[in-house]
Order: sequence, then structure tokens, then C-alpha cells
Amino acid sequence: MQAGNPAMNAAAPFALRRSFDWKWVVIGLCVVFTIYIAVVPLAFLLWQSFFTPQTASKAAEFTLGNYTSAYGSSETLRLFWNSVQFALGASLFAFVLGTALAWMNERTNTPFKTLFFALSIIPLIIPGILFTVAWILLGSPKIGIINLALQNWIGLEKPLFNVYSLWGMIWVDGLHYSPMAFLLMTAAFRAMDPALEESATMSGANIFQVAYRVTLKLTWPAILATLLMLFVRAIESFEVPALLGLPVGIHVFTSAIYQAVHRYPSQIGLASAYGMTLLLITTVGVYFVSRLSSRGSKYATMTGKGFRPRRIDLGPWRWFAAAIFIIYFLLIVVLPFAVLLWSSFQRFYSVPSWQALNNLTLDPYRFIFTYPNLARSVWNTLILSFGSATVIMLVTSVICWIVVKTKLPGRWLLDNFASLPMVFPGLVLGLSIMIFYLNFDIGIYGTIWIMFIAYITRFMPYGLRYNTTSMLQIHKELEESAAMSGASWGTTFRRVILPLLKPGLVAGWIYVMIVSIRELSSSILLYSPGTEVLSITIWELWENGQYVELSALGVLFILALFVLVMVAQWLGKKFGVKE
Amino acid sequence: MLKVAGLFTEYPNERGQIVRAAQDVTFEVPEGKLFTLLGPSGCGKTTTLRSIAGLERPRAGEISVGDRVVYSSTRNVFVAPNRRGFGMVFQSYAIWPHMNVFQNTAFPLQVGDRRFSAQEIRDKVLRVLRAVQLEELADREATKLSGGQQQRLALARALVMEPQLLLLDEPLSNLDAKLRERMRFELKRLQRELRITTVYVTHDQSEALALSHSIAVMNEGHIQQIGAPREIYERPRSQFVADFVGTTNFLDGSVLGRGAEPGHFRVRTEFGEVEVLSDDDLRGSDRVVLSVRPEDVELAETRPEGDNVWEARVDQKVFLGEFIDFQVKLGGRILLARSHPSLRTPVGDALYVKLHPEKCVALKAA
Ligand SMILES: Nc1ncnc2c1ncn2[C@@H]1O[C@H](COP(=O)(O)OP(=O)(O)O)[C@@H](O)[C@H]1O
Ligand SMILES: [Mg+2]
Repeated sequence: MQAGNPAMNAAAPFALRRSFDWKWVVIGLCVVFTIYIAVVPLAFLLWQSFFTPQTASKAAEFTLGNYTSAYGSSETLRLFWNSVQFALGASLFAFVLGTALAWMNERTNTPFKTLFFALSIIPLIIPGILFTVAWILLGSPKIGIINLALQNWIGLEKPLFNVYSLWGMIWVDGLHYSPMAFLLMTAAFRAMDPALEESATMSGANIFQVAYRVTLKLTWPAILATLLMLFVRAIESFEVPALLGLPVGIHVFTSAIYQAVHRYPSQIGLASAYGMTLLLITTVGVYFVSRLSSRGSKYATMTGKGFRPRRIDLGPWRWFAAAIFIIYFLLIVVLPFAVLLWSSFQRFYSVPSWQALNNLTLDPYRFIFTYPNLARSVWNTLILSFGSATVIMLVTSVICWIVVKTKLPGRWLLDNFASLPMVFPGLVLGLSIMIFYLNFDIGIYGTIWIMFIAYITRFMPYGLRYNTTSMLQIHKELEESAAMSGASWGTTFRRVILPLLKPGLVAGWIYVMIVSIRELSSSILLYSPGTEVLSITIWELWENGQYVELSALGVLFILALFVLVMVAQWLGKKFGVKE
Repeated sequence: MLKVAGLFTEYPNERGQIVRAAQDVTFEVPEGKLFTLLGPSGCGKTTTLRSIAGLERPRAGEISVGDRVVYSSTRNVFVAPNRRGFGMVFQSYAIWPHMNVFQNTAFPLQVGDRRFSAQEIRDKVLRVLRAVQLEELADREATKLSGGQQQRLALARALVMEPQLLLLDEPLSNLDAKLRERMRFELKRLQRELRITTVYVTHDQSEALALSHSIAVMNEGHIQQIGAPREIYERPRSQFVADFVGTTNFLDGSVLGRGAEPGHFRVRTEFGEVEVLSDDDLRGSDRVVLSVRPEDVELAETRPEGDNVWEARVDQKVFLGEFIDFQVKLGGRILLARSHPSLRTPVGDALYVKLHPEKCVALKAA
């Protein structure tokens, strides 16, 4: 007996071979688009890093020079060491903070629980550049409010705290991303059956023994994955190293890439070599994260939802826990926002004082509203985020349908292609897209389209993830019964799949929309006059030293994002979106 | 009407091996009849049904409905499922949760090649909803239906386009026992009234016996026997069929020779000589297995007339209301017998066992 052709057998939905079908056009377009988007920049970056720059008089030649100059100098070793120190420090700091908070929230009776909810949205509503600027206003040795206040009140000779230092960078970046650690570890704690902890308690273990010997041991794959993810995130971080590190000469990969591009003449080959190195690090990190998360499910014993673990009673200590939490909340939300608010009402930046209080003015807001770039950058931002969220969600819905619902050979490859941009640091992605469209001039370099492509590439993996979660929950018979009713593939997709996909589609759309609105690190290498987005405008104000105007714009930006997130949450509830 | 010939459908499994789900499946269903595929879980019933539907692509074979060939491996014909125009009820019912009852039912009329006016759609939908008694619930959200209502909605949706062929995959298995029995009758009534050609898949033998005009018993991808319910039950042609459909006693024996009537044989068993029936042409000293249904084992306290009578002893008994199950010891064997509850022979006492030759089916030993 001959072996069945598995591809044909299993792909019953693909059975239409004789008559022409639009299905193949749609699927083909989506696949080609995804592969193009994901693979081209990577391949080109690799290629570019082995060539000399092309000039009018001389064609590009193969060279290892970029790598030898990148790795030959002790500068690079310093760069590497700085990056690792910074990323390790920031990720560990974020992890410790986030884990402690997650444990307090999930497993103890610490008061003010509702405030914890706010933690989940802070990274979304305070963009990195504003958080960093706010912390400069708080912690710079010359103008930092905290330093000045301490000098005035306690009579310290020297500023207590210098944000322009490695420790300062670690502090700001770790603080900003601690909510991410909080969310990841909360999920890890929730995935564990509390009965495992309770039985340890019944065996006579105290709180710390339970936490150490059971909780921690059982969640270690999640812990490792969280740490790695935070590390990858920190090593990709651009805002903090650029604003805090560059002025005092502390360079990491991201800021070095930025400088190499902006030097004159720009050293794109060198930037590519740095970019490849960074990409290598993040790829290894992302690979191990995915390995860990698929293994983690073996350890965490999921039980049905609806259980509420017994809370550990901290007794009087709970007020201490609450105090920690309130201080944390001050540091991460209240102080940064307050300092921006304060400076946004000043004519020139000045430290809070009675005298400065008399000089309150609305001038910065007036300036912002008449700023010629503002309307344009708001418009660009909205168009880009709306467009990329829509395109991403629609394309990935087809992609994840292929991956989840068909048996097409090579579909796992498609899944990997669409997830590939996950390993790209924003800056490296911007770099490779820039190089590619500089070399293949199809007329989009310097237009808004190049940023559109960058956004779609960068956020496609998130869209895919939201859609996949939803798609997995759609029973295949729901689709088959539509086919049996006589519906074509297109009709089935439009009338059955997409409506059932709605929770993931809406949640993913909102998420991509929000992250696109705050995108900076890819845009910074791709924008040109006329295509600025909001975060670029903020960046330019900073470069010009227009702090009060920046603060006014920042305050408005944060408020707008807050409203958007609230609307998103409301919409999410309405459509039954589960985050 | 429906003709399935030499159908082979296979799947690759995770390890890349081939799962032979349907092997050389051949049967015919006449117009207006209900045909059942019966077999244990995993035997390939769903695969066969899905191959007919076009949801799986068989490796070889031919499927035609009336004059229309919907699949043929030799002629390279494969009609896509949405062009076959068959109605199908899925095991999970596959009710679309984002549509209400009316919208679910109207869907096949809206997406097919034939265009219907809104009024026509309305009429057709309400008519079919009336037939399944869901008319008042037309505006109800599909997610707010009970199990039985979902089942009827799935049926309505399959029937609304007046399909040539109705395919049902374990439509009653998600219902509780009471409801299942009621729906069994409703299904039967509906099928008989509409005279719609139906292929019905189930693993429940009583369902198959109650509903079908004809039954195919499947095992490990192969059809073991096709026949009317009574034929399948009374004249099983293999141990598998005898065992799977109903309960039975198996007795080993060897053939002694032909019996008094044509088709009858004499067989020696542990407890003596038995006159039996067989469709096979048995020869002397063939090893056979006798299958005797418990209700065909006649028990009596006084010795009955005729042959095939032995004395036995009551080993155990279980009173079940409508009947009483006896385990009697005959020679070294325990035989299960089902009797009228009026028989009250105490445990340990002797009684007589009579086996009617027509009820003892001899099967060639495997
Ligand atoms: N999509 C599939 N992929 C691989 N194997 C399958 C698939 N569907 C069914 N099988 C296998 O084919 C055999 C027959 O399955 P099925 O037709 O569903 O049985 P039944 O409906 O009689 O319970 C089983 O061994 C099952 O594991
Ligand atoms: Mg089945």
C-alpha cells in the first residue's frame, strides 16, 4: 500500500484545487507580506555589516573591517561591559521590586490592593522618554528637586544622588520596568495551585519557608524566563542610556549605534556590526525565554480558574508592607508626574519654591498649542498607530489561521517568521530598515511609509500572539459547519472566524495602537522633517533644552494615553476581552 | 442514492506514521433511508462521515450521491465541502455563539450559491424551526440554549437548505440519558417524515438499533458487517459484531457434522452436543465459537421438550425490575441468562437450560 499524501489528506480546507479561488490570493499575499516584512531587514543588516559604505565613486566591497574595527578596539569591550552591567542591574532591580510586589498582592493581605491595579497600566501610559526626563528633573545633581531639597533641609554638602551615572541609569530603567516584572510574576503566582503552598503550611512551614521552599522552587522556570525577558528588554533600552549615559560618556550598544549613525560621516557599517552583536544577544535571550515558557507549564500545576488562595496574614507588618508600596507608588507615578506638572507651569525651569509659585504661567501650553510641529506630529502618530494596528491584526489573523487551523507543511516556519521581529531591538530594526530602503530606493525613504513598515514589523509578533490565543479557542467544527452550510472560505472567514476572533482582535488592536503611539527607538532613525511623531517631537524639545515646553507636552501626552487606556479597558470589558 | 466505494482515508500522526482511519469502506444508502455507522470509539466512523462531507480528503475511493460524483480518486474529482450541499450536525453542534437562533439557521441560505429573498429566508427558517420546535426561540442568543435546544438548532441549520443528504455525528452523545431517549424518537420521526437520506454515526448500539434502516458495524477502520438492525443483532457474522452489539455468551466448540435442517450443524461443547445455526459452510472438526444472547437462554424448573436441553445450577442472580439476570453453571461454564422476573429459583438450586438452535449462532473461531 502506498503512503497517503499527508499534506493533501490533512488539509481538507485546502481541498479546492480545480477552480480558481480568492482564498489563495489572500493567503499568498499575507504569507509573502509577512516573510518580506520579517526577513528582509534582518538579511540586509547582516549583508551590510560585511560591506564598505557605497559612495558615488565607489561601489560597496566585501570587508570584515566593520567587525575588526568594532571588535578590535578596547572601546567595544567597554561597550559590552557597560551594556551587560546596565542590563543586569536594571533587570535584577526590576525583578526584585516586581516580585516582591506581586507576592504581596497575590499572597498577602496588604492593604490598598486596588492601587496595584494601577501598576499594570503605568508602563503603558508613561513613555520611557518622559519617565527619564522626569527623573532627570528629580535626580540631576544640579537641578534635581530631590537633591536640592535634601541639601536645603538636611544641609548636605554634595548632591546625594546623581542620576547621570550607571547606578542612576539602573535605577530609572529598573523602576520603569518593574511593573512588567510585577505582571509577569503575578501570572506565575496565579498559575500555581495554592494547595501546594497550603500543604506546606499544614506541614508546619512558616511564611518564609513556604515562600522559599515551595513557591520559589515551583516558579523557578517562570522566574528565569522573567529575568531573561527583563534582561533582553533592558539591553534594548534606548531612552535611558541616551538621555542619562551619553552626556557623561557611559556608552552602551544602543546609544553607540545611535551615535555611529549620527556622526558625520555616518558610520553605518560600524552601527551594523554593533547592531548584529546586540541582535545576537537578544536572539539568544528570546530563544531561551520561549524554551523556558514551554517547559514551565510542566512545573506549574494549573487548576481550574476561580480559586482564591488563602491570603497570608501579615499582622501588623501589613502596614509596613503598605508603606513600602506607597513609597514605591510615589517614586514611579506621583513624583514623576508631579515634577512634569510643576515644570509645565513655569516660564523657565526652576525648582519649587514660594517665589517660583508666584511665577506660575500657562505659557508652555500656549507654546505647545501653537508649535508648528505639534499638529503634524499628532496627526502622524494617529495615522501610523491606527494604520499599523489595523494592518497587523488583519494580516496576523490570516497567518495564525494558517498556523493553528491548517496542516499546511511549513506552517511552523510561518509562525517563526511572524515572531522573528521579537528579537529586534527597536533601534536595530530602525537601522536595518533605514539601510535597506536607502539602498533599494523605491521612494519610501524619508516618507511616513518607512515608519509604517517599521511599526508593522516591530509589533507584528504582539498582534500574532493576541490572535493566536483567541484562535486556539475556536473549535474547528464551528468553521466546518459553515463550509457544510455552503459558505466559501472568504465568507467563512468574514462571518464566522473574524467575529469569533473579536476578543483577541480588539485587545491586540488596542495594545498595538498604544505601543505604536509611544514608539521612539525605531522612529528616531527613520523620521525626517515632516514625518515626526509625538515621541520625536518630545525628543527634539529635549535636544533644544526646551524643558518647560516638553513638560507641558508630556503632561498632555500622559493624560491622553491615560484616557485611551481607560477607553481600551472599557471596550475590553464590553467585548469580553480577557487580558 | 449515496454510494461509497473502496474508501481509504488516512492521517499522519505526530510521529509521522500513518493512522489508517478508514479502510476499504464500501456501502450504499437507498433514497430516504437512515444508515448508521456503528462502532467503538476510534474505529473510523467520524473519519468516514467527514470524508463523505468533504472535510477530509480520502486517499482512494469513490463517493457519489445520485448521479453526482463528489469524490473519485481515479477520475481526480474532489468537490469542496461547501459545494456538496449536504447538511451536517457536528458532535459539538458547532452553534455559532455570535449569532442568535434565527441567524444561525439562516446562514446556509445566505452564503450558498442560490440567492433567496429576505422573505423566502424568513419563511424557510421559521418553517424548519417549527419542525424542530424552536419557533418561539428564534430571537434567543445561541449561547443561552440548553443542550437539547442546541441539538435541535444544529439539526434545523442542517435541514434548512433541504439537503440531499444529512450527516449526523453522534448527535445525541452530549445529552443526558433522559433527553437522549426523547430526542431519539424525535429524530426518528423527523427523518421518517422528511424521508431524507441520512448517515448517522454513533457508538451506542441501542441508538443504532432503534433508529436505523440499516447498520454498518465498524472496527479498526473496516466495516465488519452491514445489515438491518435485526439481522445484525440476531445473525452476527463475527465475534466482534456479536460482542459489540448487545451482550452475548461465547462458547467454544468444534463441529461434528450437519444438522437436521439446512444451515444447521451439530457442535460439541464442554457441556455436550448442541444444534446450532451458521451462515458459513462448516466442515467436520472446524473450531467454532457459539454466540448466544442471554434472553435466548431459556430457563425452566421443569424439563422442557426437545433437544439442546441441559441441567444447570444457579450461581448468582440479579433482580433488575423488568427482568432478572441469572448466572447459571453449566458444565464448567458460567452462562448468562435473562428471564422473566417470575422465575424465582434460589441460588444453588438446579434448573434446566434450553438453547434454540436458531438462536445459537456459530462463528468461525479466529
Ligand atoms: N485529524 C486527525 N489526525 C490524526 N489522526 C486522526 C485524526 N482524526 C482522527 N484520527 C485517528 O483516526 C482514527 C479514527 O478516528 P475517528 O474517525 O475520529 O473515530 P471515531 O469517530 O470512530 O471515534 C483514530 O485512531 C484517531 O486517533
Ligand atoms: Mg467520532
